[in-house]
Amino acid sequence: MKSRSLPTPPAVSVAPLIGATRHSRESLMKAMLLAASILVPGGRLHAATVDFSRTIQPLLAEHCFHCHGQDEGTRKGGLRLDDREAALKGGKSDGPAIVPGQPDKSALLTRILSHDADEVMPPLKEKKPILPSDAERLRQWILEGAPYAGHWAFTAPVKRALPEGGATEHPVDAFILDRLKHEGLTLSAPAAPEAVCRRLHLDLMGLPPSPEALDAFAKEASSKGLKAAAAGLADALMKDKRYGEKWARHWLDVARYSDSNGFEKDLPREQWPWRDWVIQAFNSDTPYDRFITEQIAGDLLPHRTQEQLIATGFLRNSMLNEEGAIVPEEWRMEAMFDRMDAVGSGILGLSLKCGQCHTHKFDPLVHSEYYGLLAFLNNTYEAQSWIFTDDQQKTISKVRESIAAVEERLKKQHPDWETKRAAWESAESERWRKTSWNVIEAEDTHSSSELNHPTILPDQSILTLGHRTISGDVHIFAEPKVENVTGLRLEILKHGDLPYDGPGRSFRGTWALTELVVEAKKPGSNTWERLRLVNPSADFEEPAAGMEPEWANRSSDKDNLRLRGPASFLADGDDRTAWRADRGRGRRNSESVAVVQFETPLTLPPGTKLKIALVTNHGGDDNGPKNTQIGRFRVAFTQMPDPKVPRTSYAAILALQTPVGELTLDQRQALFDAWRQATPELKSFNEEIDKLWEGYPEPTQSVLHLAERRPSDTRETRRLDRGVWSQGKEPVQPHVPAALHPLPPTATSVSPRLAFAQWLVDRRSPLTARVVVNRVWQTLFGIGIVETAEDFGTRAPEPSHRDLLDWLAVDFMEQGWSQKRLLRLLMTSSTYLQRSASTPELLERDPKNRLLARGPRFRVEAEVLRDIVLSASGLLADKFGGPSLFPPVPQSVLDFNYFKPDYWKPAEGTARYSRALYVFRKRSMPDPAMIAFDAPTGDTACTRRPRSNSPLAALTAMNEPIFVEAAQSLALRVLREAGPDDAARVSHAFRLCTSRLPSEEERAEVLQLLQSRRERLRRGELKAGDIAFSAFTKPSDIPAEATPNEVAAWAITSRVLLNLDETIAKN
Amino acid sequence: MNFASEHHRQRARLVSRRWFLRDCTLGLGGIALNRLLQKDAIAAPASPLAPHSSHFPGKAKRVIYLFHAGAPSHLELYDYKSELEKRNGQLPPASLLKDYRAAFIKPNSALLGPKFKFAQRGACGMELSEVLPHLGSVADDICLIRSMQTDAVNHAPAQILMNTGNQNFGRPSFGAWTLYGLGSESRDLPGYVVLSSANGTSGGASNYGSGFLPNMYGGVPFRAAGDPVLYLSNPKGFDGETQRASLDALNRLNTEAYQRAGDPDIAARIQSYEMAYRLQSSAPDLIDLSSEPQHVLDLYGIKDVKKSGYARNCLLARRMIERGVRFVQLFHEAWDHHGGLTNGVKQNALDTDQASAALVKDLKQRGLLDDTLIVWGGEFGRTPMVQGGNDGRDHHNRCFSFWLAGGGVKAGHVHGSTDDLGFNVATDPVHVNDLNATLLHLLGFDHQKLTYRVQGLDMRLTGIAGNVVKGILA
Repeated sequence: MKSRSLPTPPAVSVAPLIGATRHSRESLMKAMLLAASILVPGGRLHAATVDFSRTIQPLLAEHCFHCHGQDEGTRKGGLRLDDREAALKGGKSDGPAIVPGQPDKSALLTRILSHDADEVMPPLKEKKPILPSDAERLRQWILEGAPYAGHWAFTAPVKRALPEGGATEHPVDAFILDRLKHEGLTLSAPAAPEAVCRRLHLDLMGLPPSPEALDAFAKEASSKGLKAAAAGLADALMKDKRYGEKWARHWLDVARYSDSNGFEKDLPREQWPWRDWVIQAFNSDTPYDRFITEQIAGDLLPHRTQEQLIATGFLRNSMLNEEGAIVPEEWRMEAMFDRMDAVGSGILGLSLKCGQCHTHKFDPLVHSEYYGLLAFLNNTYEAQSWIFTDDQQKTISKVRESIAAVEERLKKQHPDWETKRAAWESAESERWRKTSWNVIEAEDTHSSSELNHPTILPDQSILTLGHRTISGDVHIFAEPKVENVTGLRLEILKHGDLPYDGPGRSFRGTWALTELVVEAKKPGSNTWERLRLVNPSADFEEPAAGMEPEWANRSSDKDNLRLRGPASFLADGDDRTAWRADRGRGRRNSESVAVVQFETPLTLPPGTKLKIALVTNHGGDDNGPKNTQIGRFRVAFTQMPDPKVPRTSYAAILALQTPVGELTLDQRQALFDAWRQATPELKSFNEEIDKLWEGYPEPTQSVLHLAERRPSDTRETRRLDRGVWSQGKEPVQPHVPAALHPLPPTATSVSPRLAFAQWLVDRRSPLTARVVVNRVWQTLFGIGIVETAEDFGTRAPEPSHRDLLDWLAVDFMEQGWSQKRLLRLLMTSSTYLQRSASTPELLERDPKNRLLARGPRFRVEAEVLRDIVLSASGLLADKFGGPSLFPPVPQSVLDFNYFKPDYWKPAEGTARYSRALYVFRKRSMPDPAMIAFDAPTGDTACTRRPRSNSPLAALTAMNEPIFVEAAQSLALRVLREAGPDDAARVSHAFRLCTSRLPSEEERAEVLQLLQSRRERLRRGELKAGDIAFSAFTKPSDIPAEATPNEVAAWAITSRVLLNLDETIAKN
Repeated sequence: MNFASEHHRQRARLVSRRWFLRDCTLGLGGIALNRLLQKDAIAAPASPLAPHSSHFPGKAKRVIYLFHAGAPSHLELYDYKSELEKRNGQLPPASLLKDYRAAFIKPNSALLGPKFKFAQRGACGMELSEVLPHLGSVADDICLIRSMQTDAVNHAPAQILMNTGNQNFGRPSFGAWTLYGLGSESRDLPGYVVLSSANGTSGGASNYGSGFLPNMYGGVPFRAAGDPVLYLSNPKGFDGETQRASLDALNRLNTEAYQRAGDPDIAARIQSYEMAYRLQSSAPDLIDLSSEPQHVLDLYGIKDVKKSGYARNCLLARRMIERGVRFVQLFHEAWDHHGGLTNGVKQNALDTDQASAALVKDLKQRGLLDDTLIVWGGEFGRTPMVQGGNDGRDHHNRCFSFWLAGGGVKAGHVHGSTDDLGFNVATDPVHVNDLNATLLHLLGFDHQKLTYRVQGLDMRLTGIAGNVVKGILA
């Protein structure tokens, strides 16, 4: 790193100000001094030497590097200040920018201090003047020899000795106390046991403690002491499956998890298996290095499991644009940029974004290095695969074993099978060799609806991605030299970007070809003439039958007249019939082929245009999963007489063309299957096997994941000029930025993406462990040791406790990257266990509580808030994992969508009250109840949430149906559980919400409200039934002795208690 | 990416005590309040939405943005091309099509002449379509830009680009930037309100979202049906007295918590509940048009005050800015005429022309036009080439039209022009970033300095581009 490293910002980054002009120099100065007095440990600011990385580097980064940094493209006057050697040399106009020891001869300083408007730096128009105090710091630094140093975050962390006197302390407390001592402060007293109990419950499970848990903890604390009790409780809570749900949500933020695709259609996606994988990963305390490796490259691990495949859904959480007429590659590239951003801000703690368009202005990342990193991830398919439940996986094993048994029997009863199969294979090969097909080279390709822009692949096959069309066509134009052509072959091919490899684009990867239309246009003519096609044949065809209910199309096929069936349907001129070759369960994602003959051999005069269209008219209702488009196809001509397709499965035919050494297991199986199917005396075996396949489970769940592209289909990464998807320049090989640690030695022996994953979690990484430890810290204490959790680069604010962060990061790695161990460590510190109450003095000195002279106190996240309310009221359902659920959303919100979500059927029964983690997240329609409390929208990686107090949040907590039902349920719960005494009821309700008993004053306040409501209800001024019950909380739920009036009075009171600050805050 | 912003806290410490005394008194029980005042030495942070001043005095103080989504055809509305009429049915010159990308059609499709007659309107002689008779009557008050350009050719990205300066989800909208820059002058209503008519937009909530800014800067939709603001109504059976009594109890309890914990966020929470309470009466009052005189309803063409729609939204917009709302944005998604161009444009002009013009007149009469900026436009234009038979046009990003009125822009002025076919900009191109830079300038901001730091980068509405279009400044 040496001299390339760049600065940290001022000791406290002075807020992103709205324009420098708004704040006078004086107020800026004041802010700086204030900040310095708060954050720089005593003495450091006035020390004899100026610290380059803490003081000078941030200054230069803020004011100078934009024009005098590493980006050659924007460098002015040939001057570079981020590199000592270059600064000593100076730029074109002045002499050396820095002469060590001689500030007055250093152009850097003379320019800054110049009174000449044309001379002064930074230029006046930049409106970024350097304060006199900062200029003084620069002078001092130059006087001291102008030493440069690397940016701390780009050097691997080391465990420094605990601060003096800290040896007996908890390591966290040792660092925190040391800093507090410099400030003349100390920790607050330990928090009350109930507060600690609540804190642990909220932080580890995202749920409040039950009264029983509070009692038990108080007992533990009084007998064993607070710390030991906390340690015991932490261990117990981390074993609860709710732990994984709470911590999964934090990673879901980073991973920009969402249940919809985004953009115009914003169709739902079923990515929850990935979300469930995250929950399980936290529950089983998957070491963070493995957690990351599996998410980046789980599919590439040896003997990978279904779970490891699911893990790679992390990078697939990007948005997917399916708007009509898009060019898919443009949006794939946007998704790639998004993946880079997620890796950058979520794992590396670096803003890579700059590098997308140009060399980073502040951090050591040059333009080509960005694409070097992108190249690690770029050679992938946008894959989708089925996910099987444990039961289904067992069934699959059973089916496969049974089939294998039949095959064994077959082989035993036909000992000469090997010879026969070989003979068949050579006969088939021979037959294949005699055929002659000329692939048609398309000049252009399009769709009549104009909604699709298919692409022509190098092998002349046509790939259709993007908008999923239920009716229309995809066609190619060609101008082939054609004489006496007898027939046309249509290959229907698989591709890794299609669901389940295709070859179709439906939700099963299947297709239906309504019609194959071939038209010719003579030179000079303006009309297309349709050519008559006869004698269609195919390797596989279904018997004629009606389309199944899932393809129902209410608008174009009201009477359900459309048929699917044999190949003859593809050339019968009837839009209601389609050729389909769905081979059924377990076998449907297979290649197919059809051949048609021209009624009269085709000879086209030069200049004749040919248009070959694949018409699709068998899709369901919406342009989406229910389409029946073919994903990839290729057409060819032949001059052979009477061309026909044999009944041999096309997968086997393709295998026959593959050199024996390169055959995959699947291909070998395809050849064996094709042979036995072609052998009449094996009829009974074949029937038996077909029957067994019918027992194969029909999967209903899939996941979007990564898959490495096939060797024949490798994607080359090019540097994109200005980050524009269509402006590919020179090829870029995968490589890591020079400023960071090198690739691990294993890199050469594994695939680049796996090497990249291993590099991310390499023990030598200066960033990865620090970043995750910091995020855990932020979750507990409300703000990270590095405030900008997503950016540890040179513009990140100075960490509040850098040595502590480093100690924790190294310890984390030494302890096997275990988050549970880290949490246990943090939660047993006095720092974590202290009281959170503040004083005016403390608030003035340390408003953000970065010094931690008091415990953490802040409003909980949106999900926890909702879960607290559901939990206190006794409504919380115990759903664990599985599909996301639709919350009730006002019709006016649903109506605001471009593509109406008619699938939005709010959950019923107890599922309505599942944890907020399971609430469906639709990107273009953020859940109104969640965003009111600052839940992220899932658009981009979010490493930390703001906490706002808006009137909309207040309205939501008071009036949103789930919250109202919770108030009604809390009323019922109190009446059921707390006996007849009002005071006891208030205490119980108050404790369910806040985890503590009310004071006398508080109880009186609540009672006053309760009694005044009772009175009005009694007088009939309020309608009890309206207030007490809803469609989900019914009169039949009333406890025996209660009356509707009583429930209503308590529902009003409960609503207030559920809205208390303390109910929704971590204290 | 969302960040709580440091500057709020900074500002908060200066004004918090004052705020707490002024705003937090409503509804607090006397004893609790007195106790609070005696003991209070620290206080709630001021709302980050408190009004603040811009970089320099802006001509415009507030904005009404009429977003006509779906891409209105400039060739049928604002930009008459006689040459296009002459060449109807011919292929476009090959030279125009180099590197050209439409969304759906193959570029080499026949030209389609304009569907409507145009006439010169106003003293300025602005040429406008016959389907915009009302706009014609305020031609001398508006500034028409015929040389708009954008980068995207698909609806969702283009709408998001127009509204946020970037074609991906996740960036703050212009309205959010405005609120971030200027704050809100209304204590009873949101600072940025969104209204919609016709269909849902392609860009969805991202068109008016807060992106990486804290969510309080995002647009708050006022709904056409049900509660005007989500969850505004108290639960069934609650009357006003019960709500007030509940809030009083809540505030007193929260005040006690505030005293115990000393956490300014509690005071901020009390404030937010009080603002919610005010909103519960101000929002229904706002949407109740019964007090509007008949001649005003007639001006906007509102026949039924209960019926939601574009005209009603325009009148609501005026009522909102009168009540201190900083930014009102109307979305009318209805202009995607790949087919049915003639009737589609005619019908939507019928639905929107009168009310758009009425807004200009109404604001002018009330003396509000001088410091209110009205913006009319969509995400891109439409191809001079035909799509389908002979009555449709595809997406076209090379040129389209916008108009502005009030708040410091030239009146009765046409800026920029397109070539003979309405295919490319001929003079004075205005890119989305230029437009946004100019709109910010009119509000008193240097678009390069209105920034928010995200991931170490000082992000802005105009990305790394944009020039103020001097030619349209009054």
